[in-house]
Amino acid sequence: MGQVKRVKKQGVVMKPSMTLLSATALAAVLAAVLPLQAQAQEDELVLGMPIEPPNLDPTSAAPVAIREVTWLNLYEGLVQIDRNGEVQPLLAESWEVSEDGLTYTFQLREGVTFHDGSSFEAEDVKFAFDRARSPDSTNAQKQIFAPIEEIETPDDHTVVITLSEPSGNFLYYLGWGDAVIVAPESAGTNQTDPVGTGPFKFDDWVRGDRVELSRFEDYWNADAVHLDRVTFRFINDAQAQVAALRAGDVHAFPNLGAPELFAEFSGDERFTAVAGNTEGEIVAGLNNQRSPFDDVRVRQALMHGIDRSVLIEGAYAGFGQPIGSHFSPNHPAYVDTSGVLPYDPVRARELLAEAGHGDGLSLTLKTPQMAYASRSSELIAALLADIGVQVEIRPTEFPAQWIEEVFSNKDYDMTIVAHTEPLDIDIYQRDGYYFQYENPEFKALIEEISVTPDEAERFELYAQAQQTLAEDVPALFLFQLPKLGVWDARLEGLWESTPMPSNVVRDVRWVE
Amino acid sequence: MIFLLLRRFTALAITLLLASIAIFLVLEILPGDPAAIMLGTEAREDTLAALRREMGLDRPAYERYLNWLGGALSGNLGLSMTYKVPVAELVADRLAVTFPLAFLAILISTAMAVPLGVIAAANHERPADHGVMLFSQIGVAIPNFWFGLLLILFFSSYLGWFSAGGFPGWDDPVAALKALLLPAVALALPQAAILARVTRSSVLEVLGEDFVRTARAKGLTRRVALRRHVLRNALIPVVTVMGMQFSFLVAGAILVENVFTLPGLGRLLFQAMSQRDLVVIKDVVLLFAALVIVVNFLVDLAYAWLDPRLRQG
Repeated sequence: MGQVKRVKKQGVVMKPSMTLLSATALAAVLAAVLPLQAQAQEDELVLGMPIEPPNLDPTSAAPVAIREVTWLNLYEGLVQIDRNGEVQPLLAESWEVSEDGLTYTFQLREGVTFHDGSSFEAEDVKFAFDRARSPDSTNAQKQIFAPIEEIETPDDHTVVITLSEPSGNFLYYLGWGDAVIVAPESAGTNQTDPVGTGPFKFDDWVRGDRVELSRFEDYWNADAVHLDRVTFRFINDAQAQVAALRAGDVHAFPNLGAPELFAEFSGDERFTAVAGNTEGEIVAGLNNQRSPFDDVRVRQALMHGIDRSVLIEGAYAGFGQPIGSHFSPNHPAYVDTSGVLPYDPVRARELLAEAGHGDGLSLTLKTPQMAYASRSSELIAALLADIGVQVEIRPTEFPAQWIEEVFSNKDYDMTIVAHTEPLDIDIYQRDGYYFQYENPEFKALIEEISVTPDEAERFELYAQAQQTLAEDVPALFLFQLPKLGVWDARLEGLWESTPMPSNVVRDVRWVE
Repeated sequence: MIFLLLRRFTALAITLLLASIAIFLVLEILPGDPAAIMLGTEAREDTLAALRREMGLDRPAYERYLNWLGGALSGNLGLSMTYKVPVAELVADRLAVTFPLAFLAILISTAMAVPLGVIAAANHERPADHGVMLFSQIGVAIPNFWFGLLLILFFSSYLGWFSAGGFPGWDDPVAALKALLLPAVALALPQAAILARVTRSSVLEVLGEDFVRTARAKGLTRRVALRRHVLRNALIPVVTVMGMQFSFLVAGAILVENVFTLPGLGRLLFQAMSQRDLVVIKDVVLLFAALVIVVNFLVDLAYAWLDPRLRQG
């Protein structure tokens, strides 16, 4: 009976203990809510990225996200690529190239230390490059090091690299994330506990959430660094990215995932909103060994059937530059080939008729789930329907399924993906690459480029290569993946375009 | 009781063994090679082979299965293929987010649903009942991730009371709870809607039982009869649903964790799937299987507490 009375006093039809428990818990939670979030400190930067890197060693694998955290922040190479795409000194103060283009002599910067306190010397360079070209290397750009015949270290601050054949882009390649200098003491654990010579050192990685870096006090150019702490936060959902920016949780999102939400930041004076270029070419790859795509007339007809401006408008809210070949407008050797095979449905139908497909054609388009790809695919299907080509869109999970079916097994007609590596026009001559494109003339051109040390000559050859692809269309060249950057208007120093996949925070500072 | 425990442990072991075989086979058949994914469109034959060696993918399937099973039995869940850190460490970090989130969501949903359900049943076919049923209809219809976005828009973007997502860690328990509150509410609403319906119909059913009529006949008022005789009997289906909901909340919070960018178990599994981090996938799926079984067991114990007749096993 006593129990009934107690319940009665509560006046609620629940066991008293339960009511009390939940009420107390809720009260505690509500009390916790009241203090407002702390204001950001001026020496701290929180930078948002869509994808979390799998590890923090850019010499171990290909993912762009690794470079977007580490390149020039944690690690440095002998040279760097600056925001204009030019090669600049970094760990090497100067260099000389022999007349025949075979011997590179680097003078290394003195007084440079790794984050673990060990000093940077010529031996480290030799170690890093020997490791990258060893049989067990998983370096995604191992071919950078292929021309190296010998690495000598006459003294602690001189490195002499002898090549077996001239390599036109050798210096440029040494600026890549794949060619950063790692030390023998720490190379084995860099994936989880990175040690480099960069302006920031690694503090913590809360997997699934954030990577924290802090200023490296012994950095060789410490005076030029303004920030004390940098946090990279990983936010995949586009709506959540925008919410985090608006709430001030994230100060910068250099590569916003949602183009349709980008516009709302442009008119807001609290934010800087800049549309730049990435190194990513969005191309609709064709299986050049499979009929009817082995017929250049069919490929040209498909290219004529596509209105790039419709794609850019529909898939990327009007941001993005149309391309006619596989070359980034960021690069000084870029030529505009987007007018070589312009949108011309009448010409497209003629070409199809010439090739014997006057009464139509059907193909499947294997489409990864990324927004740019699935939206572009639907528009491509609609545009090609106008020239009598029936496109069946087949969603293909990226990366796993796409890599297996399209990239490895070449089981596809057409696909669509952004190629984000810089200066990767050579993929069209790689043996066994998924386009299955075989053009001896193009291959010879790329080989000539790789052994041409003279820049003007090399750029001329690049122009020819771009023209060849624009006419031969082994893939449909659509548009350059834009870099939609949004950051706090008081921030200065972030890169607007990325000639290398990266988020360089070395020069970033807060201004009023 | 001991018999019940023994039976449960045997079931646990057998289920886990079957689950381990099933998940291993499924992952063998599924397209996707973790080494190829790491090298992407830059993969070349020699580097791919080197990475496959490094990841242990060059060894035969049965050997990899036995190694994994042996490791798991001795408590070693292995190294994540992509992150290169022990899976046990990853999972422990994630559980420190997902478990409190699920508990908080259950707490909120129960605190809302049980009183609402009882009120609805006690006022059957009257405005209060219709009100609760309307709430329940809406709650079931609203997807939790969308509701989460609305919460973010209002409480984070507009009012600025909460951060828009992320998790600061348990070093600061207040901040941690604060980060979990909105996602917990987003998760709790649809669950509360379901739970309120279950509570309502269960109470209504018990209200129609003979012993309630007897209680009323001996002179108890409707309210007293409800408190003393109906509630406890009506709780069994409610506890069953709560148990199911807990498993669902732990495993099924992927979308809400994404919206709030919480580093929980759901997101770990999602990421591991897209990277084909085979070791992490296998371990986490096994963990889920174990969790469901354990929660069901706890639900059984709760029955026994609620209904003495079931204590005989």
